[in-house]
Amino acid sequence: MDIRAGLQSGNKRAVARLITMMENNDPEAFNIIKENYVKTGNAKIIGITGPPGAGKSTVTDKLTKLLRQKGKKVGIVAVDPTSPFSGGAILGDRIRMNDLSTDEGVFIRSMGTRGALGGLSKAANGAVKILDIYGLDYIFIETVGVGQSEVDIIKLADTVVMVMVPGLGDDIQAIKAGIMEIGDVFAVNKSDRDGAERTATEINMMLDLNKQGKYRPSVVKVIASENNGIDKLLEQIENHIEFMNTSGEYLSRKRMSITTEIVEIFRDNIIHSLKELSEKTRVIEATVERVLTKEIDPYTAANEMYEILRKKEVGNSD
Amino acid sequence: MERPIRVLVAKPGLDGHDRGAKVVARALRDAGMEVIYTGLRQTPEQITESAIQEDVDCVAISILSGAHNHLFPKIVKLLREKDAGDILVIGGGVIPEDDIPGLIEAGVAAIFTPGTPTGITIDFIKENISRK
Repeated sequence: MDIRAGLQSGNKRAVARLITMMENNDPEAFNIIKENYVKTGNAKIIGITGPPGAGKSTVTDKLTKLLRQKGKKVGIVAVDPTSPFSGGAILGDRIRMNDLSTDEGVFIRSMGTRGALGGLSKAANGAVKILDIYGLDYIFIETVGVGQSEVDIIKLADTVVMVMVPGLGDDIQAIKAGIMEIGDVFAVNKSDRDGAERTATEINMMLDLNKQGKYRPSVVKVIASENNGIDKLLEQIENHIEFMNTSGEYLSRKRMSITTEIVEIFRDNIIHSLKELSEKTRVIEATVERVLTKEIDPYTAANEMYEILRKKEVGNSD
Repeated sequence: MERPIRVLVAKPGLDGHDRGAKVVARALRDAGMEVIYTGLRQTPEQITESAIQEDVDCVAISILSGAHNHLFPKIVKLLREKDAGDILVIGGGVIPEDDIPGLIEAGVAAIFTPGTPTGITIDFIKENISRK
């Protein structure tokens, strides 16, 4: 399969294969992304996050259908947890999106977290780039069901939609740090249930305590399964995108996310080099033994390995 | 390169019995595979498109409605039309012995009838996917 040609002509099979290659750390996939990097930046990237069972997939499905009515092309990257024991996963987000499968203007990709802890997979970032190059107008990233601290989505999305449901706890939950701080738009889903009004009020009160001058996220009550309130939700998403573009917030968020991305790639490269070196020299195993016998401490050990790696890199460039 | 095998588990047709499909999905997960579970009442077109977008190695289909002689060949045909004929198609469910040769003829790689230990299905997938 010629991935490059397929990517140019918009062949879904080629796009899908490129995502797989990238997910499996195939260097060729990164070469293709590098060649096409200038084509990224056209899609609006929207994160959909919230606790398990809140209705993230259903909200994503309904938002996508509304955007399709407006003639927009949509990508969805849906992340579900990988088993820490078997490495396997059940990726079930498509269940709520079945009618979208055959829509020419929609591309859905499911991913396992594969050990990442921040609510996304490491490859989610690359998948978004590939779908952006493929030429979609909107890309949704659906995180795993989050608890309180899985906030990696802010590094990737321009706008974060926090999907909440009534009855998850008292109002102190709303003022804790963590996921409640990252929403740009709040959707209170299943709002025909008892307590929806109270949940919306509590979120609003929390948002009123935020620093003035910053963007004030809005709270939208929806019943996603009945397609109720989805138009208002999309309106608020567009509203936030508009604010980001006019206030310069977009650029400062992008600067932050690119910084994080480069640092993460840099760190991964160093770890990769160290593992490669250790496969030949067994330096990690040898150092572990020295720490075990208290000959040195872990801090000194890490410094020593860093120095070995640095000298090796300097040696290579000579 | 170490990579998880990706399998689409789908349940076409109009019956609502997905217990078998869920048991198989769980077993494949425990064998380290990434299982894309698409749920009930899938059309062959939806299954084909999902298989392509998810870039799976194998499509595992459970049919209990009796429509297997129509649905299996249709899925194989659609995958081939979409240049995805290399994806392994396997099936399970209540399939009469007499129908199995015809389905194999149509391009289904194997049929696993009720009572098949999940280990046999897992080994079959590992040994027969085209991409190693």
